Amino acid sequence: MKLVTLAQAIERHVADGACVALEGFTHLIPFAAGHEIIRQGRRGLHLVRMTPDLIYDQMIGMGCASRLTFSWGGNPGVGSLHRLRDAVEHRWPVPLEIDEHTHAGVAAAYCAGAARLPFATLRGYLGTDLATANPRIRSVECPFTGERLAAVPAINPDVTILHAQRADRQGNVAIHGILGAQREAGLAARALVVTVEEIVDALPPAMNGIVLPHWVVSAVVHCPGGAYPSYVQGHYARDNGFYQRWDAIARDRAGFRAWMERHVLHSRDHAAFLASLEAAA
Amino acid sequence: MSAWTRDEMMTVAASRLLWDGCVCFVGIGLPSAACNLARLTHAPDIVLVYESGTLGTRPDVLPLSIGDGELAETAACVVPLPEIFSYFLQAGRVDVGFLGAAQIDRHGNLNSTVIGPYDAPTTRLPGAGGATEIAAHARQTFVMLKATTRSLVATLDFRTSAGFLDGQGTRARTTMRGAGPRTVITDFGLLTPETSSEELQLSALFPGVTVDEARAAVGWPLRVAARLDTIEPPSPLELETLRALHARTREAHSRPVRIPA
Repeated sequence: MKLVTLAQAIERHVADGACVALEGFTHLIPFAAGHEIIRQGRRGLHLVRMTPDLIYDQMIGMGCASRLTFSWGGNPGVGSLHRLRDAVEHRWPVPLEIDEHTHAGVAAAYCAGAARLPFATLRGYLGTDLATANPRIRSVECPFTGERLAAVPAINPDVTILHAQRADRQGNVAIHGILGAQREAGLAARALVVTVEEIVDALPPAMNGIVLPHWVVSAVVHCPGGAYPSYVQGHYARDNGFYQRWDAIARDRAGFRAWMERHVLHSRDHAAFLASLEAAA
Repeated sequence: MSAWTRDEMMTVAASRLLWDGCVCFVGIGLPSAACNLARLTHAPDIVLVYESGTLGTRPDVLPLSIGDGELAETAACVVPLPEIFSYFLQAGRVDVGFLGAAQIDRHGNLNSTVIGPYDAPTTRLPGAGGATEIAAHARQTFVMLKATTRSLVATLDFRTSAGFLDGQGTRARTTMRGAGPRTVITDFGLLTPETSSEELQLSALFPGVTVDEARAAVGWPLRVAARLDTIEPPSPLELETLRALHARTREAHSRPVRIPA
């Protein structure tokens, strides 16, 4: 059985300097895992996510990252990610190198990574300044038609961390609802850690449900509420109010640090984090 | 029915551009309101696609994010994100891409990346997301943005998404399959590209707005199209539907969410 605690999973699979993808497109964002990485003080990470979202705003603001691969870095429907902006605009708390793409580009790069191909090709980045800004966006000529196509290097994280509804005792993982590029990011990684709402004896039969089979999963962590303030279809809703409040919390450095210390660093684990928010509400 | 706001007029004018049955790739914010208003009024069979992979979604309230549960629960189907961009958008299965942006230039190119130099920006914006490939591959695009002194500009700080590039047919000479921007909806009226220069010109004004007011809001010498229309004000049905949608949305978003234990 691969069932471990979250602290054990992060200790084993996330080293300083590693390339780490915490995926989940608005839905199923692994907040608990990101917080544990912050608690364990990891540094120099290369973070990969299509939408950095609040979890990477927090990790970047706490100094965990030196590099970011991404395609849309805002607070959805609210505005800026202030900690990401501060890192890019003012190199605070540490300089952050950015590897900027489009959603289509990152999705294709994960697919190539999952297939262990060296690069992905797409009709992408056309007529824009993105390839000038990022030397990793290049082009290839189709050997059959001669068309110039965009090329981006495959993404193969050292570890991908996902959150899902459930896993069985063997480590098979079932996901339903908005899938994002989670499956591709998971299969592209050298190690795959999944936090789940529940561990069950047997997964419900779902021939076309997204199942990550046990032999591609490195570790499973039972972590109820592990995607909050993102959401889990069938379990709890996205806390849109929290996303709106984050704008003020993250706007200045001192207020951000105080919030992170109070709720993340001073909480032993994710259950304690959720309890601290409940107490503050 | 009370008088309307410019935001409401923008949303209504944008919704009227959509036709029943069209397949529309929707950006969040004003485009999302316009597309759902169309669905709730004259275009009940419009197919709304959000980049989270939700196809044919019929949300009862407007989503705050592009991937709210509401979109999945009311969708005809939910597909993985790589499929949305490759099998649907890149494959040419989208009629209309509906985009917002921080800046637009006279040829309909968009910036949502940075203000100032890329390596030392004064304002770091969220970036491309899905917009770049929507702008390239949707059969046509509509763009919604409010006019400020920094939004309709002569020269972009960064080109995130292609409009007509430098105009004069430069876009048509690339491998982009989509035709580019058809209409820009802003808060004084509509801009449409002139056929040969492909420069955006004023083609319609909202009621009560003057050409001078429009010119003052635009950072290039704005030309007026051969035919200048005045947009019909919002109908009582349009206003009532839009306000009810916003009221439902506000109520849903202010409902406290239980913190999971």
